[in-house]
Amino acid sequence: MKKTLFDKIWEAHVVRSIAGGLDVFYIDRHLIHEVTSPQAFDELEARNLPLYNPAQIVATADHNVPTRNQHLPIQDQLSRFQVDKLTSNCEKYGVELFGLGHPNQGIVHVIGPELGITQPGMTIVCGDSHTSTHGAFGAIAFGIGTSQVAQVMATQCLLLSRPRKMRISVEGELRKGVTAKDLILYVIAKLGTGGATGYFVEYAGSAIRSLSMEGRMTVCNMSIEMGARGGMIAPDETTYTYLKGRPHAPQGERWEQALAYWSTLYTEEGAEFDAELHFDAADIAPMITYGTNPGMGIAINSTIPASVPASEAASFDKSLQYMGFVPGESLLGKEVNYVFIGSCTNSRIEDLRQVAEYVKGKQKAGHVEAIIVPGSKQVELQARQEGLDRLLADAGFELREPGCSACLAMNEDKIPAGAYCVSTSNRNFEGRQGPGSRTLLASPLVAAITAVEGKIVDITQYLN
Amino acid sequence: MEKFEIIRTGAVPMPIENIDTDQIIPARFLKATSREGFGENLFRDWRYDSKGEPKQDFVLNNSRYRGQVLLAGKNFGCGSSREHAAWAIYDAGFRVVVSSYFADIFRGNALNNGLLPLQVTDEVLQRLFALVAADPQTEFVVNLPEQELCLPASGERIPFEIDPYKKECLIKGYDDIDFLVSQKEAITAYESTRAWTY
Repeated sequence: MKKTLFDKIWEAHVVRSIAGGLDVFYIDRHLIHEVTSPQAFDELEARNLPLYNPAQIVATADHNVPTRNQHLPIQDQLSRFQVDKLTSNCEKYGVELFGLGHPNQGIVHVIGPELGITQPGMTIVCGDSHTSTHGAFGAIAFGIGTSQVAQVMATQCLLLSRPRKMRISVEGELRKGVTAKDLILYVIAKLGTGGATGYFVEYAGSAIRSLSMEGRMTVCNMSIEMGARGGMIAPDETTYTYLKGRPHAPQGERWEQALAYWSTLYTEEGAEFDAELHFDAADIAPMITYGTNPGMGIAINSTIPASVPASEAASFDKSLQYMGFVPGESLLGKEVNYVFIGSCTNSRIEDLRQVAEYVKGKQKAGHVEAIIVPGSKQVELQARQEGLDRLLADAGFELREPGCSACLAMNEDKIPAGAYCVSTSNRNFEGRQGPGSRTLLASPLVAAITAVEGKIVDITQYLN
Repeated sequence: MEKFEIIRTGAVPMPIENIDTDQIIPARFLKATSREGFGENLFRDWRYDSKGEPKQDFVLNNSRYRGQVLLAGKNFGCGSSREHAAWAIYDAGFRVVVSSYFADIFRGNALNNGLLPLQVTDEVLQRLFALVAADPQTEFVVNLPEQELCLPASGERIPFEIDPYKKECLIKGYDDIDFLVSQKEAITAYESTRAWTY
């Protein structure tokens, strides 16, 4: 039987199958951070279990760290305690930690790829739902709960049933001003927030192939927002060019051997999926969300749906009431006070370049607070080396230090109650960016233009 | 993990779809490093206003609804993988969440903590909401060994599916880590025979 990319990697990681369709499934790389790991370390301790192999784990502090003055002790006592706990656990168990102040520190899903830790054919897990990001390299990568974090720590394995397979093909060329973020917001809007629950998605087609690695990561990152267990893209020259020479990537002869193996990782002609969806890249416009789940997205110059099926009406009304919008209206002209550019979805160098290029020589609107939180110390450094920091500062944008920041507002970076924030992050849930905050998800380009104009505009009118 | 016994109880209805784990337990409460105490902040921003006063229109603040079953709209537990969501629901006294489908990660987290994600059809779910709306005292019996959700008032028995291994784990109070640790030999054998290693 013809195999999919997913089948090949899954089957290469089955230690054994047990009755009832469950597989003992081997994990190559385990990424951990301060929020979802402490209880797992405690569990090892409580059960008197050793860590299976510290060399397969990489740790960083990202969710709960300040984005200003990272050289100073963390002010928030609980946050400091949690970050300290990660440090002491990593020391105790011999886990490599890219903690605050380390030149490799950053958002876990940004540093894995940029250090070459993430590689094609791998299985990668992390106690974070956006682990799907790493699927951009042709890996099976997915988020897990803390009990599973402990399981991987103790055994390097998980007990899993094999998910169903979905292929989403996007063919053709993306229009001007339409980015990877718009592509995935469009797909999620089509499927709905739970539309891919139970599936592992492979993204394919010429529009996907033509994306950079950064763009592919943005797409795979948001797979979870339609309920998918993960998303992946077959590795190709773009993948290899990105990885070559990165610190953890194979070197020399080993690189050649890796390439030979990685080039076998693709879906064979005629392989079957449980579901197949096709989209035309030309149909995709710059997107924005209007509601309180990522499936509530529209083309920026269109209107909020006037009505929804009766069974969904209560949730739809609740959502619009929270957002302060009415059915059928346009978002164009809505004043925005906050713009957040960051998160594991859009905080990579390409995102920062795109923003800097647009705002060069312009000025943000006076009533807008525009913050940019780079995904990692490496991204921050590169932005400074390329002079992006100056361009951004001249335009009134504040470049911060790396972390998850206002994507989930665990640190002090919060959007005030009632305020609108155009955000390049991945979730617009109620209160996600702070109690009462109202989030509109969009691409870095839409975010940059919004910051300059101070309101939602039809960005296609602003591109040269 | 506590053993899952047959439960006879009332239900707390939340007929809202796509309840995400940020609503179940907002991120700002994830700073604790233990598993305990999250129930206090379950549905924090729906349950309390900005001054910390209970919102009277929220079901958890309505004393008419009591019980160990949380009845919720479809796609329950979507979003963040935070297991704190399952801990918070359990800590607040619930043992079962009934919905017409669950987000994958939440389902796994619930099962790993002795919280039963009980999936019914959309039609059944709507009927259960209607029953509880008509009579908040409506009694439910959750019989895991028989895989039935029973309504004593009418005698109706609604069957539900669950993975046989997970069912046994819940009933006996075992979790995956016990099983995986017992597989150590197979795991090391696998490692030594892999075609490509990282």
